[in-house]
Amino acid sequence: MKKYIEGTVKSLPLAGLIEEAGTAKKYNTGTWGTFKPVFLEEHCIQCFFCWVYCPDSAVTVNEGKVVGFDYDHCKGCAICAYECPTKPKSIVMEKK
Amino acid sequence: MPELLALTGNDAVAYAMKQINPDVVAAYPITPQTSLMQKFADYVADGEVDTELVLVESEHSAMSATLGSQAAGARSMTATSACGLALMWEILGITSAYRLPVVMPVVNRALSGPINIQGDHSDTMGARDCGWIQIFSENAQEAYENTLQAIRIAEHPDVLTPIMVTLDGFIISHGLETVKVYDDAPVKKFLRDYQARYTLLDPSKPLTLGALDFSDYYFEHKVSQLQGMLKSPQVILDVGKEFYKTFDGDCCYGFYEAHEMKDAEMAVIVLGSTAGATRMVVDDLRSRGVAAGMIKIRSYRPFPYDEIARELANVKAVAVLDRSIAYGADGGPVHGDVRAALYGKHPVPVMSNYIYGLGGKPIDMEHIMGVFDDLKESIVKGHPKRRVGYINLKEGNTPSLVG
Ligand code: SF4
Ligand code: SF4
Repeated sequence: MKKYIEGTVKSLPLAGLIEEAGTAKKYNTGTWGTFKPVFLEEHCIQCFFCWVYCPDSAVTVNEGKVVGFDYDHCKGCAICAYECPTKPKSIVMEKK
Repeated sequence: MPELLALTGNDAVAYAMKQINPDVVAAYPITPQTSLMQKFADYVADGEVDTELVLVESEHSAMSATLGSQAAGARSMTATSACGLALMWEILGITSAYRLPVVMPVVNRALSGPINIQGDHSDTMGARDCGWIQIFSENAQEAYENTLQAIRIAEHPDVLTPIMVTLDGFIISHGLETVKVYDDAPVKKFLRDYQARYTLLDPSKPLTLGALDFSDYYFEHKVSQLQGMLKSPQVILDVGKEFYKTFDGDCCYGFYEAHEMKDAEMAVIVLGSTAGATRMVVDDLRSRGVAAGMIKIRSYRPFPYDEIARELANVKAVAVLDRSIAYGADGGPVHGDVRAALYGKHPVPVMSNYIYGLGGKPIDMEHIMGVFDDLKESIVKGHPKRRVGYINLKEGNTPSLVG
């Protein structure tokens, strides 16, 4: 994955500004976690709680359905697994 | 036509702020700054300025509000003193890092403790390394003119660095002086309209300001920030020259004022209001044939190292007056800077440092005359009579310099 900031003292934008929107996409935070969520589709009721609560927009949706996770941006915080209402859970955390 | 008004230093700075007409001013009262903002609040209430006056709950908030509105693209100001400046400390460094040209008058007052409301330089010296330009004023006239010039210096595209304009608490801030104020129209023309380098309020140009910056780029950004300070000396000189030409003023417009320095054998280096008394002592000594001189430093940050060294090239003895202590250092902060300026130069003058005026302790002409007496003795002996002396201090067994 491409590093967003490149440059030297002379070429960096003034004041540490990032002169472009949506650059979080280019920043791989997926390496930060110790755990990662694993999606168990068979228990899922498609309530979208995980999608709503994920602080990093890392729950992947395809054709109106939760299908898994964007591991380049998921930090492994486990909020999705905590909020998932099914019994047994449709999301379990695994050690990376 | 310029007008002569009877103004305190605080009134003079408030008058400058009225002419600047900032888009946003954040205010929180602290002695001895209070009457400055009170006066400015009058201008707001009377509709003489278009400023949005934000009354905040602390100086940390005052500086934060100023930073926020400046980042939004508005010309923004605040003012403070002493512990108020200390409470702003965190945001001072952020403001300079974001290259926001905020101009802030600081009415110098002793830092607590013990608690004290009178004038010394410990507040701005404490904030010395926050990346702000620091310009010292000798009197109300200079405080007025420095505030106007600071806008142009800070906002210069090569500089984009915030500025503290200082005036000594009570001595300048509350002393009534005749101040020459200039007409609104030429002042407005001199100040120019503010063109923000960036604004956070333009949806067509999305920006992130204040992103997390790790070891890969933090260092690079800090050195890039330094470039504004490094480019400021030329701008300080240019703006001073333009101000002088436009208004035919008679203040100090360079980095420092050299008074009777041409053939001076001994010199005193001083900041702020004490320059007035020092100048009178020098004139008195000159009338009696003594080759005395004075350097009054106006631009403390950036510090004019090379220029000060040149001024001192033929001086035999020099005393630096410091209105604050740099604990654990060699005397006061100005002393350290002057010593650094002289490194590698030959010959060097015999050098002493005098700490004075902490917490408003009076300094009179006799005290300064005593410093020159010491310098005379130092020249004869070839070494300083006192390396670090304390003026007008009840010192116990070691007699202090008594005027
Ligand atoms: S673990 Fe945290 S970051 Fe990853 S998908 Fe779940 S809520 Fe989002
Ligand atoms: S919270 Fe659980 S049940 Fe609801 S959509 Fe996400 S994985 Fe499925």
